[in-house]
Amino acid sequence: MDLRLQNVSHSYGDTEVLRGIDLEVPSGQIVCIVGPSGCGKSTLLRMLGGLERPASGDILQLGEPPADCLNPLTFIFQDFALLPWRSVRGNVELVLEDHGLPRAKRDAIIDDVLARTKLTEFGAALPKQLSGGMKQRVAIARALAVNPAVMLMDEPLSALDSQTRELLMDDLIALWTRQPFTAVYVTHNLAEAVRLGHKIVVLSRRPGQIREVVELTTPLAERQYGDAGLEAQQQHLWGLMRDEAAAADAELINV
Amino acid sequence: MSDPAQPVSFRGGGFVAQRRRGVGLAVFVVLLLLAEWGTRTGFISQLTLPRPSDVLATFGELYQSGLLFKHLIPSLTRLIVGAAIGASLGIALGVFIGLFSLVRAGLVPLIAAIFPIPKIALLPLFVIWFGIDEASKYALIAFGTFTPTVVATYAAVDNVDRTLIRMGQSFGLSWRSIVGKIVLPGAMPGILSGLRISLTIAIILLVAAEMLGAEYGIGAYILQAGSLYDLERLFAGVVILSVLGVLVSGVIGIIERRVLRWRV
Repeated sequence: MDLRLQNVSHSYGDTEVLRGIDLEVPSGQIVCIVGPSGCGKSTLLRMLGGLERPASGDILQLGEPPADCLNPLTFIFQDFALLPWRSVRGNVELVLEDHGLPRAKRDAIIDDVLARTKLTEFGAALPKQLSGGMKQRVAIARALAVNPAVMLMDEPLSALDSQTRELLMDDLIALWTRQPFTAVYVTHNLAEAVRLGHKIVVLSRRPGQIREVVELTTPLAERQYGDAGLEAQQQHLWGLMRDEAAAADAELINV
Repeated sequence: MSDPAQPVSFRGGGFVAQRRRGVGLAVFVVLLLLAEWGTRTGFISQLTLPRPSDVLATFGELYQSGLLFKHLIPSLTRLIVGAAIGASLGIALGVFIGLFSLVRAGLVPLIAAIFPIPKIALLPLFVIWFGIDEASKYALIAFGTFTPTVVATYAAVDNVDRTLIRMGQSFGLSWRSIVGKIVLPGAMPGILSGLRISLTIAIILLVAAEMLGAEYGIGAYILQAGSLYDLERLFAGVVILSVLGVLVSGVIGIIERRVLRWRV
């Protein structure tokens, strides 16, 4: 299942946040959206997931999601959004409960996703006992449990320290390599974008418009920490964003 | 550098609630001993304060004569029935106010208008509506428990983390699941601390209702004792109320520790 944005614009009151966005999210690829803060990248993601309506333009779903897909468009949030009163298993189970699956099937799904995110032993733990990286792995497990057609990731690693971020990026790459998934990955971290993105969309500052789309052809598994080619790409992206970011930083916020 | 070395003075600490066992009990014991000592030595005259041991003796008589349960059981029934009706209606309405802007816009001013009414002033009205029997007492206690519960509940619902609700929506959870599995558990801390206040109010109203028209009940017992200036019996009644208050608070504390184990 692909996603397509056609001429999407949006404004909050008098503030125009997005203008004329055209974008294609092809199946099996990770599309990264980068841009200075306040450029509307998270808004764009929420629109893709149907949590917000654009003022104009269309967001289209091309083709049908796979039959066993319980929630085609699935978010992973920056702040994890785990229920603190439910255990790791309970948090994953939450998103399966409304689908009327038989008990055994539900347990099998939970066991599978916990194994894939290396959380099998922590099933009974409460979120408050987990480190930030583990919490985000629980959120990833929860997202995998509904077998999404497209994962919508809203700065999933931004709340983590840099070592944890590296580890989780490796985890994400391993997950993708085992079974390619489609994802839209919003971040302000260019290093994440060049490690994980097949396509990197650079947005300008408010109102957000697409400045450039960079396609990376190196397979994800071959991208290493501190790779020279990636470094060059990152430099190029930073060149595009630098002035925008500086200008965005100096803007007053009156949303 | 040859400056003299000095330890950095400590200025952190404090401002943390810690659990200390037995201190509350010690305060009670010290106060009681003080009263006992004062009345025995004559430092406090018998007219000002009854001697704690006499109150205890009166309490013993009350227990032996079987009158204790004759007073206590109707009181407890009134308290449990009234508070259960008031609290459950209050929680339900509070959740509705928290969830629907229309209900909120319509009812919050009404709640604000009835909150400050001393509910006991409405007892004659309740007597006309529900009769002189138990029903009017239940209604009074329920009404008094209801308003603080509503206010605490909708404030608690407002405080539920919106990102969790958005998460529920993004996974396509049904409205019922979002309310039952995200909103209600998230509001539970606020609801329980609201119950602490409203159940105490329920005890106060119980006594007031029984003073105005009941043959048996702790309130009636206190009123009888008071009109005879029988301070020992008066205090025996008051002690029962205090114990009731401590019990209610303790039960809520147990529920909090059970239900809110997930809290840091």
